[in-house]
Amino acid sequence: MIIFKNVSKIYNDDFHAVDTIDLHIKEGEFIALIGPSGSGKSTTMKMINRLIEATSGTILIHGQDIGDQDPVLLRRNIGYVIQHIGLLPHMTIGKNIALVPNLKKWDKARCDKRVDELLEMVGLPAKEYKNRFPAELSGGQQQRVGVIRALAGDPPIVLMDEPFSALDPISREQLQDELLNLQTKIRKTIVFVTHDIDEAIKLADRIGIMQDGKLIQFDTPEQILRHPVNEFVRTFFGADRMNQVESLPTIEEVMIRPISSFPKRGLAESLIKMRKYKIDSLLVIDRNEIFLGVAGVGEIQKNFSNETMVLEDVMKKEVPTVRLSQQLDDAINLISENQVAFLPVLDESSKLKGLITRASLVDVMASQLRSNNNGVASFGGEGS
Amino acid sequence: MMFNNFLVMLQNRWPEIMIGTWEHIQLTLVALFIGNLIALPLGILLTRKRNLAEAVIGITSVFQTIPSLALLGFMIPFFGIGFGPAIVALSIYALLPILRNTYTGILGVNQAVVDAGTGMGMTSRQVLFMIEIPLALPIIMAGIRTATVMVIGVATLAALVGAGGLGDIIFRGIAMARQDLILAGAIPAALLSMIFDYILKRIEIAVQP
Ligand SMILES: Nc1ncnc2c1ncn2[C@@H]1O[C@H](COP(=O)(O)OP(=O)(O)OP(=O)(O)O)[C@@H](O)[C@H]1O
Ligand SMILES: [Mg+2]
Repeated sequence: MIIFKNVSKIYNDDFHAVDTIDLHIKEGEFIALIGPSGSGKSTTMKMINRLIEATSGTILIHGQDIGDQDPVLLRRNIGYVIQHIGLLPHMTIGKNIALVPNLKKWDKARCDKRVDELLEMVGLPAKEYKNRFPAELSGGQQQRVGVIRALAGDPPIVLMDEPFSALDPISREQLQDELLNLQTKIRKTIVFVTHDIDEAIKLADRIGIMQDGKLIQFDTPEQILRHPVNEFVRTFFGADRMNQVESLPTIEEVMIRPISSFPKRGLAESLIKMRKYKIDSLLVIDRNEIFLGVAGVGEIQKNFSNETMVLEDVMKKEVPTVRLSQQLDDAINLISENQVAFLPVLDESSKLKGLITRASLVDVMASQLRSNNNGVASFGGEGS
Repeated sequence: MMFNNFLVMLQNRWPEIMIGTWEHIQLTLVALFIGNLIALPLGILLTRKRNLAEAVIGITSVFQTIPSLALLGFMIPFFGIGFGPAIVALSIYALLPILRNTYTGILGVNQAVVDAGTGMGMTSRQVLFMIEIPLALPIIMAGIRTATVMVIGVATLAALVGAGGLGDIIFRGIAMARQDLILAGAIPAALLSMIFDYILKRIEIAVQP
């Protein structure tokens, strides 16, 4: 869809604002560019609609070199939202939105329809807002108009340069949610420049990290968080955020000692053991500690009258278990997916090693939260 | 008594005053027209070629510092006497305020808005006419107002190069040491100035974005 091949922007003969970037953006993808101030994010973005001309390299859109296209026509098919909103203060909201359709010479009825439809889409009733001037709208409303104005000409590509950075945190969150919502419907190819890592992670399918004009990593948020290419990316993404992932305790730390029994034990004997430990299930293992199944108090009581039955006969064999080598994430998912109260933890040879229960998870999470609140580290402390 | 004399004089000289006023208006309008014709495009051009701006605005300011009387006198060797040389001198006066306000007005337009326009695919001509000029209009209008008031004042001196106008009556009054005659020229000039200023002010408010 959008392809950068060896693209550079050089100022004053030797300052590389953008340095040999290769980038391949897929159709319908939401890309965030992030990096310190002056790292070349805006320059990279503005080369796509030729507000800035690349010094060398080529940029292809739909396989066509944009250098061969009329910049004015090119721009009419690329939506553009800037940080300072850039609504034309002397035109009504309706006229602002209809700007590109008018430039494209759509007929009046079509423009009007489009304006109404877009305003409704972001919850601004057309009747009320269409004839107002930008100054009569709040900052958040103005930026909503800025976003839909970029969509008005139905461009396949939309560029956004820090569109929400001037907003208060609440409006910002709101607009991010709306944008995500909108994107699921319209599926545009979006290039979004931001300073805010939380914003990038929340919105983008893939994030490009820039430093000194270079694109140093371009990947999904998940991959960047898990495998930062270097120290810069690690610290840029915030040490606390990384700790948050790393310091999720291991399964071994969370698991408790299981109360187990053997397959040939009788039911009465087992009930007494359960009462003693105040538990509702027994884990059944063989003499080699190999996990066999779970016997619940329900099954035991149902068959209690049958004196010949042993645990082996009443236990459930098909129960979800987790390996010691798996992540705690996986254990949490298993518990919630299967709606179970606990998970037996097994090692590679299926020996029972421990037990994770909902209660033991809550304990660990709670103590984590407590230490985070007391300590230096905190959640999402970027606050740009 | 004195007031009565004044009224009688007004009555006698009424046709003369009307002619003077009419000539004055003609001088003013033609000079403003020429001034605008040169200064508006030049001001816009300078915003596109900023390296020239300082030099050009500098030169026009120099003209402005020449005393009006001297400037008018200066025209005689080149253009002779009459309406023509007066118009040249007055146009030069009108030039600077309009030029400067056009230039600074357009430069002062919020860059974000201009970027947004360009980024959405406006041609530079569309950016100029749909964004820059409308937004700079109040400042440009203020420049035109300043020029107008100035030209109406300086136009009284145009009588010295034989261009007529209300200056004729005033200078005759000075020569004959007749204050009522001076007033008969000065009052209409002042009124003209106020009326023009008022009209332009209304226009300026009307075009406010
Ligand atoms: N016209 C220019 N001439 C010279 N250098 C420029 C020019 N425009 C931008 N630069 C430089 O290019 C570099 C990249 O600029 P760019 O605007 O792309 O940064 P950015 O990553 O968007 O930063 P920010 O987060 O502050 O917006 C900066 O160091 C900037 O000073
Ligand atoms: Mg930037």
